[in-house]
Amino acid sequence: MKKMRVLAFVLAAMAMMFLFAGCTGNDAGSSAAGSSAAGSSAAVEPEPEEPAEPATSDIEGDIMIAAAASLENALADRLIPLFNETYPNITVKGTYDSSGKLQTQIEEGLEADLFFSAALKQMDALTEEGLIDEASRKDLLLNEVVLITSPDSGTAVTGFANITDAETIAIGDPESVPAGQYAQEVLTSLGVWDAVNAKASLGTNVTEVLTWVAEGSAEVGVVYATDAASLPDEVVVLESAPADTLQTPVVYPVALLARTPEDQKAAAQAFLDFLTGDEAMVVFEEYGFKPY
Amino acid sequence: MALTPILISLKTASVAIVFTFVIGTALAYIVCRTRREQVRSICDAVLTMPLVLPPTVAGFFLLYLFGVHRPLGLLLGELGVKLVFSWPATVLAAVVIALPLMYRSARAAFDQVDPMVLQAARTIGLPETKIAFKILFPLAAPGLTSGGILSFSRGLGEFGATAMIAGNIAGVTRTMPLAIYSAVSGGRMDDAYEYVIILVAVSFLFVWGISIFSESRAGRYRLGGRK
Repeated sequence: MKKMRVLAFVLAAMAMMFLFAGCTGNDAGSSAAGSSAAGSSAAVEPEPEEPAEPATSDIEGDIMIAAAASLENALADRLIPLFNETYPNITVKGTYDSSGKLQTQIEEGLEADLFFSAALKQMDALTEEGLIDEASRKDLLLNEVVLITSPDSGTAVTGFANITDAETIAIGDPESVPAGQYAQEVLTSLGVWDAVNAKASLGTNVTEVLTWVAEGSAEVGVVYATDAASLPDEVVVLESAPADTLQTPVVYPVALLARTPEDQKAAAQAFLDFLTGDEAMVVFEEYGFKPY
Repeated sequence: MALTPILISLKTASVAIVFTFVIGTALAYIVCRTRREQVRSICDAVLTMPLVLPPTVAGFFLLYLFGVHRPLGLLLGELGVKLVFSWPATVLAAVVIALPLMYRSARAAFDQVDPMVLQAARTIGLPETKIAFKILFPLAAPGLTSGGILSFSRGLGEFGATAMIAGNIAGVTRTMPLAIYSAVSGGRMDDAYEYVIILVAVSFLFVWGISIFSESRAGRYRLGGRK
């Protein structure tokens, strides 16, 4: 009986080892994938290489961009395929997560070549630690803080100034949600924060706020312009936060990482040039971003 | 630390238990009296779902029914009532989540009543409603009581479904579990700590109460020589 148990234990242990070996085996060739898989919401998706076409560049490479989750749709669906039309020999992988988590992963040795952050704070921190190629950095995009409602809400609210006319208001919890902190900043500078705070429903993340408004549970809500653009049929923007109400605008900086090996530099630089170019900006604007 | 979340939670749980108790007991009675075994087992399974599914799933279903653009929500809207993001929504969430506890307790309590007693009552021509209120419910009272207390405690601690249909409005729908969540995610661990202590203490007292109660009942039967 005891022998059986030992045997079962050994078998179970072996099964576990195979499982783990299988996991790392799949990602062989890019050890970065292993470390980013630690964050459960991180996703690494290799983009298929497209066949070479005439009038394309022959720069080769295999690069990875670590980008804020709010950039995933624009990058994975549109920009990387578009980039590959000109650079068919460069494979771009993306790992998407919150900027704070990506910062930690880069500090822990994530082998990314570009970092595209949703806030200056994380980029500044990595720059200070010498992990960013400072010369390449560009503060590229601006995300606005907007007041939204659902198309059939019949709300009397027309903008931030009379937001308190709404029966129910949804914002991110300013104590833990960045979008909520921005909302608080805007509403404080307009002098209505106390009235809003008294009756607002505080979401645990910005997507929850978006859903509350889209479902009609809340009459109005404060989210990012990109969130509003992701549900064009369910929500409408009443007003973008006036520029002078935010002390720190929501800026998305992008830069090359200092660790990128020499033979990948050209490929990474090509992708950075593409992202900072006019063609990419058109796509970013479709997703609700503005040029900074 | 504000006292309001505690009061809201107590108010929600107190109102919810009335609905939970009546609906749960009634459903258990109806299912018990159903002759077909398959119907009974399906009813058991359906009515137990909110207990085993994450409360967010129950919340999703509730939102799907009562959301402003959804069937029941539209109906209520016609009547000028907006349920979501209002205090009654916390009651609705608590009732749905606690119902399985009440239902299962009541089912078990009814099943334990000696069918011979009920048969005897029928032979002397008592109507079924009288049998239910004079014989079945009194005999099942201990089980119904503990089911009620369990449901009350569960309602006190309801979080997931509440967050989805009632939101998190301070002073209106922010119950204790939501206050704890907000406090922790905002880094106010001291506030969270105090709420947690209160919630644990209250829940413990109630559940402990069931044990004392059922022990004393058991003791009485043992001494009384019930067969």
